[in-house]
Amino acid sequence: MEVYLDNAATTRVLPEVAEAMREAMLDKYGNPSSLHRLGLEAEKLTAAARGRLAAVLGCAPEEVIFTSGGTEANALAIRGAAWARHGEGRHLITTRTEHPSVLETCRMLQQEGWEVTYLEVDSTGTLDPAQLERALRPTTVLVSVHYVNNEVGAIQPITAIRGILGTGKRRPWLHVDAVQALGKLPVRVSDLGADLLSLSAHKIHGPKGVGALYARRGIRLRPLLAGGEQEFGLRAGTENVPGIVGFGLAAHLAEEARPLAAEHMRQLKVEMGARLLTEVPGCRINGPPPEQGAPHILNVRLPAIRGETMVHYLEERGVYVSTTSACASRRHPVSHVLVALGLGEEEAASSLRISLSRLTTREEIAFALTHIREGVAELGRIRMR
Amino acid sequence: MDRLFLIHYGEIGLKGENREFFERKLQAGLQRALASWPGASVERRHGRLYVMNTPDPEQALSRLQRVFGVVAVSPAVRAPLDLEQIRAAARQLVSEAAAAAATGATAHATAEATARPLTFKVKARRTNKGFQPDSMGLQRLLGADLLASVPGLKVDVHEPALTLQVEIRESAYLYCRSLPGPGGLPLGSSGKALLLLSGGIDSPVAGWMAMRRGLEVECVHFYTPPFTGPRSVEKVEDLCRQLAAWCGRIRLHLARFTEVQQAIWEKVPEDLRVLVMRRFMMRVAGLLARQQEAPALVTGENLGQVASQTVESLTVIEAASPLIVLRPLLAWDKAEIVRKAQEIGTYEISIRPYEDCCTLFVPRHPRTRPTLSELEDAEASLPVDTLVQGCLEKVESSVLKPPVWI
Repeated sequence: MEVYLDNAATTRVLPEVAEAMREAMLDKYGNPSSLHRLGLEAEKLTAAARGRLAAVLGCAPEEVIFTSGGTEANALAIRGAAWARHGEGRHLITTRTEHPSVLETCRMLQQEGWEVTYLEVDSTGTLDPAQLERALRPTTVLVSVHYVNNEVGAIQPITAIRGILGTGKRRPWLHVDAVQALGKLPVRVSDLGADLLSLSAHKIHGPKGVGALYARRGIRLRPLLAGGEQEFGLRAGTENVPGIVGFGLAAHLAEEARPLAAEHMRQLKVEMGARLLTEVPGCRINGPPPEQGAPHILNVRLPAIRGETMVHYLEERGVYVSTTSACASRRHPVSHVLVALGLGEEEAASSLRISLSRLTTREEIAFALTHIREGVAELGRIRMR
Repeated sequence: MDRLFLIHYGEIGLKGENREFFERKLQAGLQRALASWPGASVERRHGRLYVMNTPDPEQALSRLQRVFGVVAVSPAVRAPLDLEQIRAAARQLVSEAAAAAATGATAHATAEATARPLTFKVKARRTNKGFQPDSMGLQRLLGADLLASVPGLKVDVHEPALTLQVEIRESAYLYCRSLPGPGGLPLGSSGKALLLLSGGIDSPVAGWMAMRRGLEVECVHFYTPPFTGPRSVEKVEDLCRQLAAWCGRIRLHLARFTEVQQAIWEKVPEDLRVLVMRRFMMRVAGLLARQQEAPALVTGENLGQVASQTVESLTVIEAASPLIVLRPLLAWDKAEIVRKAQEIGTYEISIRPYEDCCTLFVPRHPRTRPTLSELEDAEASLPVDTLVQGCLEKVESSVLKPPVWI
């Protein structure tokens, strides 16, 4: 049995998504910029996918810019906004628990002369909007906050944050990294009040290498890549047509399934959290309590067992989980998110992230639980260092 | 006029009666390096080795420079023993070298330097005394000829930028460049050994040094899932692939060590665990080496680098080995080991951050002056033979080849 519980890292592509992409690669392989029929067919495919994204977000198709993924969407939002508004002010606000693509982009801007405020979160990983209020300055041009934390599943109060930013013409723009929210929470931009919002395809059973940035009409961004009029002049380069097709379909299916799927994941997650707490002595939950938080991410800490060792123990038994966000886990042994939540180094090093998808079944969760329980008993004999 | 490579080798020439044995091993090493080119050939003639018919001269050169026993490689031209043909070959070779020097100069230096003439000399050696003129005469003749026919040359017999070597044997051999090989002895000429390969910086270098002294090397790696993951095995496989770039192919034995490790963890005091662990590795490696008909072990151990590498520690570790333990890096400084690792291409692989079983089990206060009786006491409660046999039975072996880009 293979039980994949690392869906916050990436997901398996749905067969129908792969099939649609295959067609885009083998039959409708034209360049959307070409004048001939094949070019037109490819253009229609990207337009249809853009329409599907717009339907999910509740926006106009012209407000959807396809990118190479969540990282590029975040970079385009933050760098693009900072550059576009640098005459109005050079202050940005974000949180300590953002994805590295946000944090590192902010650090690069600091080196280029911008000031950045990194807001603290509470022990569940949630931002207190009052903190933001205190950090705002007349020179703040952008506030970038993730919707769902990728490591512990904390949900940020986006609408409250938006309320604080006011309605003035020179108010800061709000960028929301919604990569982990798509398919789990509603992402209608008008409800959230986002000016900019990042998405990624491979977290929702779509392909890797494609994402999107929503940019509200009236927002001027400075592009990162020059040399073509694609994506309304905001992202030069021949469109990743197969990826975009796959993204469009995956987003459509995820949104269609969302109400039931979110409830399904939440039930499994709550059940798993409860059983871990009762069946594994010394086990603790990191981040929000399971019934709060995003429906698909459960972060737990096991008594005195390195997360890494548990990952390898479980993989030998066909269960795949992760220690921390996949991008960071190889270089930095300790998660910046868990540290921001107030965990010590040892506690952070013994933490595991279990992340579900709408395809996860109750049997899979039971299988994983059994092995985690056995693993704790077996590995607990050898104390970690 | 043929293009070929002339192989220079050092110590083999001193081997007296065994010379032919070493030359054949070297020939085999060269053939192995060229194995993907069926047309390429290695000729052995009058105590000389020549490589011919290689499709890609630059790639051939870099492959030949990795053959153990090769002191230097010279891209050469062979001409019949005919003065006119030798002169033509000399003109051809020197014009090419002058052109290469000119492009190199424009890339690196000022216009003034480019305009400066290229200094050269001709050095002739005549083992075939039937040929006239003699060495001196040939040098003068070819020197004057080149000066007149190749523009931008100037004679400098003391510190020339370019030396045209001419060897008169059964044919004439001319060359301007000699590029260094790794030296040492041909692979396999010293027999076979088993290398204890961790994921660290030292052991691959030790393996390379052993190979350079003529040992055919197989590797054993001890891994401890789930304390180490599949990436640490992949890392060791990549190290083997990189070593295979020097020896053609390499056999890797993976020994699952978790059960041994757990038994040690439960029964042995913390400050002796690493030493007991190393002793178990010696036992398993020793038996495995015998199975593979290798009469020696090789380790990356170094005197004093870490606590388990004091003379006392090395003594108790070695006492568990049924075979001689070779330690090519014993007296090296870390910086020297790092430099060599960079040179042979293993460094970048070794510094990948995946842990091996040693780093996970390092005690807080390891013993630096252990005695054998202490170790034997510590092991008394362990079923040593059962653990060793259990580990040996689960060994999985594979053969690794160089990466495609080499």
